[in-house]
Amino acid sequence: MSAGNGSAHGSESVKVAINNLSFYYGKFKALKNITLPLYRNKVTAFIGPSGCGKSTLLRVLNRIYEMYPNQYAEGEVLLDGENILDRGLDVTLLRAKVGMVFQKPTPFPMTIFDNIAFGVQLYENHPKSELDGRVELALRRAALWDEVKDKLHASGMSLSGGQQQRLCIARSVAIKPELMLFDEPCSALDPISTAKIEELIAELSEDYTIAIVTHNMQQASRVSDYSAFMFLGELVEFDVTEKLFTTPSNKQTENYITGRFG
Amino acid sequence: MVDLALKEDATSKPATSRMPGNLGSDRTFRAISVSSAVAVLVMFTGIMAALIYGAWPAISAFGLSFLWTEIWNPVTQKFGAVAPIYGTLVTSLIAMLIAVPVGIGIAIFLTELCPPSLRRPIGIAVELLAGIPSIIYGIWGLFVLAPFVQQYVMPPVIDAFSNVPVLSDLFAGPPYGIGIFTAGVILAIMVLPFITAVSRDVFLAVPPVLKEAAYGLGATKWEVEYNVVLPYARGGVVGGIMLALGRALGETMAVTFVIGNANRVSTSLFAPGTTISASIANEFTEAVGPLYAPALVFLGLILFFVTVIVLGAAQYMLYRLEKRAGGKS
Amino acid sequence: MNRSRYARRRRRSTVFMGLSIAATLFGLGWLGMILGALLYQGFSGLDISVFTKSTPPPAAAGGLLNAIVGSLLMVFFAVAIGTPVGLMAGTYLGEYGRHGRLGFVVRFLNDILLSAPSIVLGLFIYDAMVLTMGHFSAWAGGVALATIVIPVVVRTTENILLLIPNTLREAAAALGAGHSIIIRQITWRAARAGIITGLLLAVARISGETAPLLFTALNNQFFSLDPNGPMASLPVSIFQMAMSPYADWHRLAWSGALLITMAVLILSITARAVESRSEQ
Repeated sequence: MSAGNGSAHGSESVKVAINNLSFYYGKFKALKNITLPLYRNKVTAFIGPSGCGKSTLLRVLNRIYEMYPNQYAEGEVLLDGENILDRGLDVTLLRAKVGMVFQKPTPFPMTIFDNIAFGVQLYENHPKSELDGRVELALRRAALWDEVKDKLHASGMSLSGGQQQRLCIARSVAIKPELMLFDEPCSALDPISTAKIEELIAELSEDYTIAIVTHNMQQASRVSDYSAFMFLGELVEFDVTEKLFTTPSNKQTENYITGRFG
Repeated sequence: MVDLALKEDATSKPATSRMPGNLGSDRTFRAISVSSAVAVLVMFTGIMAALIYGAWPAISAFGLSFLWTEIWNPVTQKFGAVAPIYGTLVTSLIAMLIAVPVGIGIAIFLTELCPPSLRRPIGIAVELLAGIPSIIYGIWGLFVLAPFVQQYVMPPVIDAFSNVPVLSDLFAGPPYGIGIFTAGVILAIMVLPFITAVSRDVFLAVPPVLKEAAYGLGATKWEVEYNVVLPYARGGVVGGIMLALGRALGETMAVTFVIGNANRVSTSLFAPGTTISASIANEFTEAVGPLYAPALVFLGLILFFVTVIVLGAAQYMLYRLEKRAGGKS
Repeated sequence: MNRSRYARRRRRSTVFMGLSIAATLFGLGWLGMILGALLYQGFSGLDISVFTKSTPPPAAAGGLLNAIVGSLLMVFFAVAIGTPVGLMAGTYLGEYGRHGRLGFVVRFLNDILLSAPSIVLGLFIYDAMVLTMGHFSAWAGGVALATIVIPVVVRTTENILLLIPNTLREAAAALGAGHSIIIRQITWRAARAGIITGLLLAVARISGETAPLLFTALNNQFFSLDPNGPMASLPVSIFQMAMSPYADWHRLAWSGALLITMAVLILSITARAVESRSEQ
């Protein structure tokens, strides 16, 4: 295992430092001593075959795994220097700082407006007029405003799959997270919607630190600045995306990206 | 991803102050939720406790001999449970003998033979009928079925078997119309939709490929049902039958109208009798004397005990089945 | 290929399939006869006085007003008491206690209570309330019915919550919502149709229940709105009237039976409609 050559990019500032992270589903060790940084305002892509632990890694970053019994993380994940695996940390506050977009769109069973207002009102108390502004801003940010501005009070579930996914992105953006996690956000979408989401991710990276898990290597090479290749719970290689995809230093990585396995 | 539930105890947090807008507290909500769950538990144990408490005078007076004594004498305050227990078991037995084959037959019809256009309406009708209150079955039994049985069923049957040993005892006596037999028939009609609905659901859960494979070997419809569908669905059907039995044992109103309320054991199925629930329904409010009401509550305790065992066993079988199905997928 | 063997197998199949058709005709025949008698007898005795007058003395004209009102009132008590408890306990089973031991025990006992003999519930409330209060009352009747509502609501609530995809809970959690907010604002909302269906079914179930009322609310010849005293209900009135020797009372009993059946059918059909509309 080589943890890549982060030193070559010392000029970037580290938003999240993952140090020696291991993860267990019961007795099964799904992540094995992972160490890597996520750089501020950069997109980091996680690639690797199914079951390599890339989604698991993402689920550690907002401790969503804690909703289930028998799942444990060991090691250290520093978000701006604060260890988020610390027992005393309030996970709900952590999750407010870390947005997440899932594989399948997850609109809540309420109107488009309320889908976004729901998250905003969790931590902020706004008068109605201000809330309207926040909702509009979030929808604009997710490039959805023009499509839904006339039906804000229609059910969120009435939207198309691609629109639903952008609604979910808007919902996350609305609470102004510092880190955004995308867990195969396009795997359930058609190519056109996929292109829109990818564009969006590129735009969002101006303001946010982004981690994206994807099955699709073209997607990883298109949207990310850094890439991490994982295999069987281990981090095999981490590098600048361009380098990882053109001159990988590891044989396994090369086999995977050239389609020889996985 | 195997596990689905929210974690039992959220490990991390000492309660933190919420921002405005984050209404209510997780802790209070969880506490209310837990106490409601505990309330169900308390209800169950409360029923047990109340029954034992109410029955205590009778328990201490008669002990376990209550179970095998056949006497019911409010004047001398001597009570035994044999007649109601006998009536309960026999009416339920008659009910199951009729309802199980017919219910499974209807389920086979619905899943295999029924033209698709009729499948939904009949299915819905069966489910709606399963929800009709038992008192409706009772009043129909009293005013329609009992007179019919008295006039057209009992006399010819009594005549036909009058010279056959055993059967002449089983079908003897003056034709009252009401009695153990009629009560059993009413119970059968009442649990029929229930058994049908459960069996149909279980049959529908049989993977189509299994049936197709059997048909592919050239099996007939009956052979597929008997050799593939029924064995596959057995656990569910047995569980459903036991649930139905649990209901039949404890059913009050469908039986009380037509049982005749005679507290004695009679060899004839045509004779009036009583069941545990009918005895309680008919006599409880008029029970006077130190042991009369407690004896009735004692009956209730026995009934509760028996139904809990039957229903618990049914539940256990159905859970196991669910687990198997869950493990497979 | 043995032709006679094949013919025998065919015959056998035909016979058994014929039996299953016979079973269907037999079973549906009974049920048809019951509904036929109910409609015929029920409608022939149904007139306006059924709704405007209370229980008559034997052999006089009267109606079921006191029983109808009593039933409505006690069903209302039962729902008011049973819904919150059932909803919260079902929520415990579906959200917090899926794997825990308490969840297992409560689930098991609740499923038993679901089919437990209702007359025993009547005895329970008699001991717990009637004896301690010293008299029969509509309160006791309502609580007795609530003991039937609770298991029904618990079961349907848990069932529907298990159907709500976890991704929805995760998505809400990922926004920083706590458990209680996720449940109240997201999963309950997604489960609303199912919860309403369960409630309607619970009401349908108790509106015909007789046994638990026999010695809790007892009966009352007169119109009464006093929840502290005995109160008439449709099922108990039907029982009393049907078992009496008076033809007038018999007619009223049939009308009452028709009313209950209609109410139950309407509730069940509405429940189905709510359920199927939410599936679309």
